[in-house]
Amino acid sequence: MEKFVVHTGTAVPLRRSNVDTDQIIPAEYLKRITRHGFEDGLFSAWRKDPEFVLNRPEYSGASILVAGPDFGTGSSREHAVWALQDYGFAVVLSSRFADIFRGNSGKGGLLTAQVDQDVIEAVWSAIEADPALAVTVDLDRREVRAGEIVAAFDVDDYVRWRLMEGLDDIGITLQYAADIDAFEAERPQWKPTTTPVT
Amino acid sequence: MGRTLAEKVWDDHVVRRAPGEPDLLYIDLHLVHEVTSPQAFDGLRATERPVRRPDLTLATEDHNVPTIDILAPIADPISKAQVDALRRNCAEFGVPVYSLGDVEQGIVHVVGPQLGLTQPGMTVVCGDSHTSTHGAFGALAFGIGTSEVEHVLATQTLPLKPFKTMAITVEGELPAGVTAKDVILAVIARIGTGGGQGYVLEYRGSAIRGLSIEGRMTLCNMSIEAGARAGMVAPDEITFAYLKGRPHAPQGAEWDAAEAYWRTLPTDNDASFDAEVVIDASTLSPFVTWGTNPGQGLPLDAVVPSPDDARDEVDRVAIERALEYMDLTPGTPLRDIPVDTVFVGSCTNGRIEDLRAAAQVLSGRQVAGTVRMLVVPGSVRVKQQAEAEGLDKVFIEAGAEWREAGCSMCLAMNPDKLAPGERSASTSNRNFEGRQGPGGRTHLVSPAVAAATAVTGHLSAPADLAAASS
Ligand code: SF4
Repeated sequence: MEKFVVHTGTAVPLRRSNVDTDQIIPAEYLKRITRHGFEDGLFSAWRKDPEFVLNRPEYSGASILVAGPDFGTGSSREHAVWALQDYGFAVVLSSRFADIFRGNSGKGGLLTAQVDQDVIEAVWSAIEADPALAVTVDLDRREVRAGEIVAAFDVDDYVRWRLMEGLDDIGITLQYAADIDAFEAERPQWKPTTTPVT
Repeated sequence: MGRTLAEKVWDDHVVRRAPGEPDLLYIDLHLVHEVTSPQAFDGLRATERPVRRPDLTLATEDHNVPTIDILAPIADPISKAQVDALRRNCAEFGVPVYSLGDVEQGIVHVVGPQLGLTQPGMTVVCGDSHTSTHGAFGALAFGIGTSEVEHVLATQTLPLKPFKTMAITVEGELPAGVTAKDVILAVIARIGTGGGQGYVLEYRGSAIRGLSIEGRMTLCNMSIEAGARAGMVAPDEITFAYLKGRPHAPQGAEWDAAEAYWRTLPTDNDASFDAEVVIDASTLSPFVTWGTNPGQGLPLDAVVPSPDDARDEVDRVAIERALEYMDLTPGTPLRDIPVDTVFVGSCTNGRIEDLRAAAQVLSGRQVAGTVRMLVVPGSVRVKQQAEAEGLDKVFIEAGAEWREAGCSMCLAMNPDKLAPGERSASTSNRNFEGRQGPGGRTHLVSPAVAAATAVTGHLSAPADLAAASS
C-alpha cells in the first residue's frame, strides 16, 4: 500500500445525503471476482444522467469527493471503496460516514476525512465557483485547505498512522501469532466447529 | 461497575490489547458467501497464506443462486463465475461449503443459526452487513469488508476499536398483529439510519423477552439499517431451548458448561449504556416504509409525508428525492398504495415462522390478479419444514410462486428482479433505489402485511382483510 501524507487535487461536489453503497456501486458489479476495474460501476445509475456532477467536464480528473452527510450507508461491500479509488478518488470529505464504509476505506487506503457540515457547505460553494480550485488534504496536520478555507478534519489515529506508513493489516497481526496460539489454547472445548456432523 | 452483554463478549475475546491500538479480537465463527470472498481468497493466494482455522469457517452459496431449476448450470455467466470460484476456493483451502443442491444450503444468516453454530457469547463475522442477525443469540456479530474477510481467514482475528453501547428498551406488550419487523422499522424511523452509528444496540425489555429467537433475529438483522455495527439480545431460556439438540450445539457435560457460561452474559444491573432509547410497546402498530431508506417508515395508518414535514434542509431534500423516486404524492394514505409484486423471504423474514405468518393470512384467500407473489425460503431446511407443514400448498393454492432457497429478490443478483417502475411489498431489509432491480420501488413490510397486501393488491394489514370479510 502506498503511503498517504499530503494529497492535493481538484474536488467534485456531490450534494446528496445518505449516499448508500448501492448507489456508489450497484449490486450487479459485485459479481466480479477481480479486485480492480470497478470505475465503470461508480454511481452508475446517476451517471446515466448527463447533468450528473461527475459527468460535467469541469470536474473530470477530480480526486477528492465532497459529499453530504451519512456517506456510505448500507451494505458492507468493499467494492464501494475500490470503485471510488479505481475512478481516481483518494479522499472523500463528508460530515458523517457510515462505520463499515469508513473501516473499509481505511484498510483500502482511501481517506475518509470527516469535517463539520458547514465546512462541507463552504467547500461546495468554493469548488462550484471554481472547479479548478486546488484542494489539499494534509493527513499529517489533519487539515483541509481550499482557497480561503482551512479546516481541521477528524480521522481515527490508528487509521492515520497506517495510511501514513502504508501498512497492510494482516502483516501487522501475524507478528502476534504467539498471542493467537495462546488464546486458542485457552478456548473452551464446547465452542462449535463447522466440521460437518454426520 | 457492571458490564453490558456486548462488553462481556468483547472482553472474553481479546487476544492482545495495547495502548493506542485497536484490540485484537478472536473470531469464533466466520461465515463466507460467494460475493465478498473471491478477492479475499485471491489475496491469500498472492501472499501464500493458508486459512488458519477452516474448522471455524463455513461457506454457503446464497446471493446469486437461482430459485428455480437449481440443478441446471447457472445461466448468468458472472453468477456462475462467483459460485464456481467459491467452490474452488473452499476446496483449495479446506473450508466446508454448502452448495446448491445440498440440504444445508441457504442464506448464510439462516444456515448458521439453524445448524446451532451461532451460540451466545460468540464472536461471529461475515463479509455481509446483515451478520448482525446472529446477535439474537447474544453473540457479538457484525459485517466486515472483503479485506477483513482475508484478515480473518489468515489470522482468525480482527483488530477492532471498541463500540459504544446503546440500549433499546421496548417495554410492555406488543398489540395483536405487531411483529418484530414492525418493531425494528419503528426503531429505525425513530433513531434514523445514522442513529446507531458507532453503537452495538442491545434490545431489552419485556416486549423483546417475549419474542421468539426468530423474531429476535429479524430485529437484530436490521440493526445495521439504523447504522449500528451490531444488535444483540441477551440469551435466556428461549435461546437455550432453541439451541438444544441442534447439530452443532454442545451436548451432555459440554452443554452444562456452556449454559453455565451463557447465564453469566446478560448485562449487569449496575452496568450503564452510552445511550438509551425507550419505546412503549403498546404504541406500536404495523409499520411500512414509504421512501428509499429504511428510516423512511410510518405506521400503515399514516399518509405519505410531505417535504414540509422535514426536520431540516437535508431531510427535506431526502424526502423530495424519495417521493420522486417512489412516485408518491404527499397525503396519500399508505393503504392506497398499489403494489404489483410481493416478496416473502430474505435473512430478515425468510425463516419458518415468517412463512407460517404469511401462510396463515393467505390460507383460504387468493393473491390479487394484479400481483405476482414470490415466496422464497431462507434455506433448504426451512423449505423442507414448510413443505412438511403444508405451507407450500397454501402459497401455491393462493396463487403465489414457491421457490428454492436463496437471497433472491432481496438484492436481485439472481433472475428474481423488479422491472423498472414496478413496486413491491417486500419482507427484506433494504428499500434503497434499485435494490430489487434497477428502477424498482420497494416498501418494506412484515410477512403478515406482505401476505395481506398480496390479497388486496395495495398495502394492507391482516386486520383489514378480517374487517372486509366480516
Ligand atoms: S437475504 Fe438479502 S440482506 Fe440477507 S444476506 Fe441475502 S442479500 Fe443480504
